[in-house]
Amino acid sequence: MSKPKVAFYWCASCGGCEEAIVDLAEEILQVVEAVEITFWPVAMDFKREDVERLADGELAAAFINGAIRTSEQAEMAHLLRAKARFVIAFGSCSHTGGIPGLANLFDREEILRYVYEEAPAVHNPQRVRPQERIEVDEGLLTLPAFDETVYTMDQIVEVDYYLPGCPPPVGLIRGALQALLEGRLPPKGSVLAPDVALCAECPRKHTKPERLALKSLKRPHEVLIDPQTCLLAQGVICLGSATRSGCGAACIQGNMPCTGCLGPTSRVLDGGAKALSAVASLLDATKEAEIERILESIPDPVGLFYRYSLPASLIHRRAGNGRHIQEGRTR
Amino acid sequence: MSERPAGNGKSFEPRIVAFFCSWCTYTAADLAGIARLAYAPNARIIRIMCSGRMDPQFVLATFRQGADGVLIGGCHPGDCHYQEGNYKALRRYLLLKRLLRDLGIEEERLRLVWISASEGDLVQKVVNEFTETIRQLGPLRLAPQPRRTHLPAPAQPEPQPAVWEGGLP
Repeated sequence: MSKPKVAFYWCASCGGCEEAIVDLAEEILQVVEAVEITFWPVAMDFKREDVERLADGELAAAFINGAIRTSEQAEMAHLLRAKARFVIAFGSCSHTGGIPGLANLFDREEILRYVYEEAPAVHNPQRVRPQERIEVDEGLLTLPAFDETVYTMDQIVEVDYYLPGCPPPVGLIRGALQALLEGRLPPKGSVLAPDVALCAECPRKHTKPERLALKSLKRPHEVLIDPQTCLLAQGVICLGSATRSGCGAACIQGNMPCTGCLGPTSRVLDGGAKALSAVASLLDATKEAEIERILESIPDPVGLFYRYSLPASLIHRRAGNGRHIQEGRTR
Repeated sequence: MSERPAGNGKSFEPRIVAFFCSWCTYTAADLAGIARLAYAPNARIIRIMCSGRMDPQFVLATFRQGADGVLIGGCHPGDCHYQEGNYKALRRYLLLKRLLRDLGIEEERLRLVWISASEGDLVQKVVNEFTETIRQLGPLRLAPQPRRTHLPAPAQPEPQPAVWEGGLP
């Protein structure tokens, strides 16, 4: 009996998700014993042809991390989708767009102009930009196309399961692998993480006051954070109340607030809006001027509330006809 | 609500969704009706129990589903039937406006007003003003939302794949 074949692939991501697989440590050996890794370009020498050679559905599972922005990423996602019985969107970028998804605040042209012409470290007087095709003496050279928008995995291909997190916590990866190997699978489309807010497993939850009323908001670098007390009670914006649990409150244990990487629970339509609602309701002010003064401590609401989820949000990307976000942000 | 001549702005009729608190603003809108005060027909009014029920998700979903402007009406400060719902609405509104600005949606497309049950004339004035504001701004053009391609959970459990005979030792 041959072992089930699995593939790991990355799209628009940082490599942290691959690191998370390696973080299984010795357990990775048990995984390798139980499955045959057929494709994992980050760690082993595989080529695209190795995947193309497979029959449709021959892969038991494809774990794909990263958002989708280029034509190459979309092609690989479609290829792996065809070859795999289960596609698992692995990590925040694949699940909800992640950090690369914040690029949806800008147009393609703004990004290319900044990166190739205006960034302080760039010297490019001829304004050369990468082209998708160019004829040279040796033949035609091509590059993948760079899309206008960053997409989540499920906006490109059908996704069977989601493993959330930036990167997914080792415990969730282990649980997902075991569920796959044992065939104990939840309904298709499930997020393979607990469906309760992080506060439920927060080691500081007993220190949260009955009623939170914040006169000011503090950013983590502005205050010496007490390692025992609920971060919200200290005026530090912690998104644990609007985020799934499943990470063991790793950031909280590191004395940093939750930034929401596991995404919202299944009852939430738009995680960023829900987190915004929760934070705003905690402010202890009733006069407009006073509220505005407190809100000055949130210089970048999109970056705070949609840090990992802009492409998956209701608005998805910056609206076409609005005034440009604060002048100079791109400069 | 489907016909929607956009473009040159001349024939643009703003689509406005108004969420009015049951205790004050919605009653005021009723009063405006009883008093036969005519106002712009662009606003579709939805009654909510309190402006504090106005989840920012509702605002974003309303824009996503085609509204050009969202109007929220609540009781005057100090008059909330539930003590502080309107203060929560105000805080969420001010933060949400900052978010909308950064998302490229003009702040003026969202407005929060305090209208008490007796101020039917104010409903007329605010709806007319707001409709005019949105008319000036033109239609909201959101980038289309990519569809999610995964299917909903199947009604019956799918047959288990036969190949998974292994298991972690």
